[in-house]
Amino acid sequence: MDTDALRELTFTDSKDQLRFITCGSVGDGKSTLIGRFLHDSKAIYEDQLQTLARDSVKHGTTGDAIDFALLVDGLEAEREQGITIDVAYRFFTTPRRSFMVADTPGHEQYTRNMATGASNAQLAVIVIDARKGVLVQTRRHSYICSLLGIRHVVVALNKMDLIDYRKEVFDRIVADYVKFASNLGFTSVAAIPISARHDDNIINRSRNTDWFHGPCLLDYLESIDIQSETAGLPFRFPVQWVNRPNMDFRGYAGTVVSGSIAVGDEIVVPASGRNSRVKQIVTYDGELVRAEAGDAVTITLADEIDIGRGDIIAKPTERPEVADQFAAHVIWMDQEDMVPGRSYGFRIGTQSSASGSITAMKYRIDVNTGAHVAARTLRLNEIGFCKIATALPATFDAYEANRRTGSFIVIDRDTNRTVGAGMIAFPLRRAANIARQPLSLGKKERTALKHQRPCIIWFTGLSGAGKSTIANLVDQKLFAMSYHTMLLDGDNLRHGPNRDLGLTESDRAENIRGAGEVAKLMVDSGLLVICSFISPYKAERDMVRDAVGDGEFIEVFVDTPIGECVRRDPKGLYAKAKSGMVKTFTGVDAPYEAPSVPEIHLTTLNQQPERLADTVLNCLAARGIIVPTNRTEN
Amino acid sequence: MSYGKLDHRNGDLPRGEHQMFRMHAQNITKPQTRTLPRRLRRLEAESIEIMREVVADFRKPVMLYSIGKDSSVMLHLAQKAFYPAKVPFSLLHVDTTWKFREMISFRDETAQRLGINLIVHVNRDGIERGINPIDSGSTLHTQVMKTDALKQALDLYGFDAAFGGARRDEEKSRAKERIFSFRSRGHVWDPCNQRPELWNLFNTRSRKGETMRVFAISNWTELDVWEYIMLEDIPVVPLYFAKKRWVVHRNGALIMVDDERLPLVSNETPELKMMRFRTLGCYPLSGAIESDAITIKDIVAEMQVATVSERQGRLIDTDEVASMEKKKREGYF
Ligand SMILES: Nc1nc2c(ncn2[C@@H]2O[C@H](COP(=O)(O)OP(=O)(O)OP(=O)(O)O)[C@@H](O)[C@H]2O)c(=O)[nH]1
Ligand SMILES: [Mg+2]
Repeated sequence: MDTDALRELTFTDSKDQLRFITCGSVGDGKSTLIGRFLHDSKAIYEDQLQTLARDSVKHGTTGDAIDFALLVDGLEAEREQGITIDVAYRFFTTPRRSFMVADTPGHEQYTRNMATGASNAQLAVIVIDARKGVLVQTRRHSYICSLLGIRHVVVALNKMDLIDYRKEVFDRIVADYVKFASNLGFTSVAAIPISARHDDNIINRSRNTDWFHGPCLLDYLESIDIQSETAGLPFRFPVQWVNRPNMDFRGYAGTVVSGSIAVGDEIVVPASGRNSRVKQIVTYDGELVRAEAGDAVTITLADEIDIGRGDIIAKPTERPEVADQFAAHVIWMDQEDMVPGRSYGFRIGTQSSASGSITAMKYRIDVNTGAHVAARTLRLNEIGFCKIATALPATFDAYEANRRTGSFIVIDRDTNRTVGAGMIAFPLRRAANIARQPLSLGKKERTALKHQRPCIIWFTGLSGAGKSTIANLVDQKLFAMSYHTMLLDGDNLRHGPNRDLGLTESDRAENIRGAGEVAKLMVDSGLLVICSFISPYKAERDMVRDAVGDGEFIEVFVDTPIGECVRRDPKGLYAKAKSGMVKTFTGVDAPYEAPSVPEIHLTTLNQQPERLADTVLNCLAARGIIVPTNRTEN
Repeated sequence: MSYGKLDHRNGDLPRGEHQMFRMHAQNITKPQTRTLPRRLRRLEAESIEIMREVVADFRKPVMLYSIGKDSSVMLHLAQKAFYPAKVPFSLLHVDTTWKFREMISFRDETAQRLGINLIVHVNRDGIERGINPIDSGSTLHTQVMKTDALKQALDLYGFDAAFGGARRDEEKSRAKERIFSFRSRGHVWDPCNQRPELWNLFNTRSRKGETMRVFAISNWTELDVWEYIMLEDIPVVPLYFAKKRWVVHRNGALIMVDDERLPLVSNETPELKMMRFRTLGCYPLSGAIESDAITIKDIVAEMQVATVSERQGRLIDTDEVASMEKKKREGYF
């Protein structure tokens, strides 16, 4: 390559990049402001300007003038409705700095998209309409910025042209905002009177606001000094992928999220407590002596230790937390309310397939006042503080200490939608004895003594479908074959440990969670555990499935049409439900989510329970759980 | 995607065919260590992280390889991401049969040079129907030979994730798209209902029949791409460099006479012009620019003072106002 190319050209790259967002209430002028920036920093090409002029005629909200918002509101629906729906990521460069800006929607309905934009930003431009002042959305967005760790905000008091550039209006609203924001933990709060439409104090100082002595918005953005977020933090290396091209190479691929590491340094994998030393830091461009925050590398270690995706490599002197329970702020982002107790998927760092549940809501936060309000659930766009339990211990830091290792998302297990985003506050129950010693007596030993393969045989179906009848028969038959079994039934648990639970969605979830825990303990003790629960929600059944090993959860779908169940109505419950005496009854006014691929599917219509129980036994035999012939205890 | 457990050692090895790619390491020839500007280093690391996420979490990813500069950069990044292992997925080129000849030879050389499996897919049905960019018009041609063809190929091979080289600075609806862009059954993009995408915590889950498009260089600009190509010495199709080539003026664009299939209208006489391309596609639909940029350094310098966008040269984009968004909803790249 031509070497003096390096010398002659000025690289946009040598400038550092500032990542910022615009946020605030709907219609306050965020997109117009960004369009203006793009336009004035020459980030818009001539052909794009021609298109903009055409678009302004068709979709514009600005009369004959160019509508700069149309440069960023790029979706058809946005142009038709004249609002921003989703975040736009745009880039522009000035001689002093390069910028990545996320223009976020002001409308409350799309708050999750605002959070998406804010999660990677270093600074927020809070746009406020000078005619309207601080609104609920201004506060909500400010709160989210604060929660997500943005420490610098600048209030752009927009549409000054519509209030004759009056100083007292500016002063009043800014004072309002500063008062509200005083306990949001911002390091700097600046305020600039602007008009996005008429370019006052955006790229150039405006003569319309002689009384204002601060910098214009661009000057401010170009000169603000933002400390690197990761400076001085402990070394963290979440393993993304194990690179094993051949027998001789085993490397851990990932990006250093904070701190640095050098060849020869001692490391620890906090989840297992194993130690080793860094042997090599491999990259395509040659081996490195040291890797720093932001470097995507592959690390090899001096010892063969068990590390996989989801592990974090740290230094023994600066360990992250390892716990299966923690407290966290959660922003709820789904139409469907949060269901405490329900099993959700969690993604924490590179731990991408964790499962867990929100065990308790501590409180909801009123974004207007910051007050803590008692709540049992979170609705779309609400923010709360809750306790979370994961099926297995997770490795993390508090979000305040490290944005990258302290954040997580919540995923609905059925639809796979991202339903929540969380920021960990602190661990609740640290995983004990981290350098794990093998337990003296484990499941293996207990199982071996019984000469059987423990599992959960889980009967699910509508009330009256025949679950208990078949489950009882299976239990008796297994017993007769000398298997050690235990029968758990919806009714006997509800009279016992789960006595305090009702029939709401979240209580049902909790009931099944409890049943699952008990069943798992019994599996650990080596039993064949037969469970019979309506268990209407797929997410809860899957939670139990995940709590035990592969092949240890046998889901038996007792499939009886609702009409037939109502006809049988052995406990007279359907009659009560119809008359309104029993509320939220599955199949009547509460949903039943049928298993999509149960291990065993029993269609009961016109079948004898005896025959159905035999079908179950045959399936168990086919799966190698039981031996089909009678066995004798040895 | 199945729900494993927290300690699910997914990193070990993706199942199935990936295994064969991992058997032999890339030949270890280490280029001289170089220092990239900080910004490009960050972009590079971000893209590498995204690629590794895909390989760790998806069953059968593929890289859409369009032979252009962005694909060249993506492929280069993939080599870096998995080094010393070989790139653990195939390349898929959706061939409309109207690409420049130099693109096709570059494509085949590249796959061979890097030892990467290349899948070329042509919509045979479209060929039989006689669809072509000249008579059918660009809209129908793109729909049948690109969008439909892509969907066919993804379904045929059962790919659950496909890397694309689109960048957010290219076009206004791209600026709105997630890095992990979820496609429901039928490869449909729903722009008003995208999954939230916070931090770098990508939601990689999908059900059977649903897929993911992954834009690993979303946050790169056109200038970033060229600067990176220059500093990393990445091979690109020679058509990006200025040379005297035969062209005709048509609908305000300069169209290269790449082969005899381009019918010339009576008043069109091919001229030999010093020209190059900023963006490459089907040759009858790609407008050239007059240029003297014969080195990458020249190209970067030209880029820094450019006054029109790269999409200017793409005839397919201007058909209708929301055309890119519309095409994307239908399953386009
Ligand atoms: N007079 C005047 N009008 C403005 C100014 N800035 C924006 N507007 C107008 O206010 C309206 C809304 O502007 P947008 O930029 O779309 O507002 P937004 O904050 O992006 O709205 P959402 O993204 O939907 O929340 C448009 O009609 C703009 O032209 C300003 O400084 N002065
Ligand atoms: Mg907007």
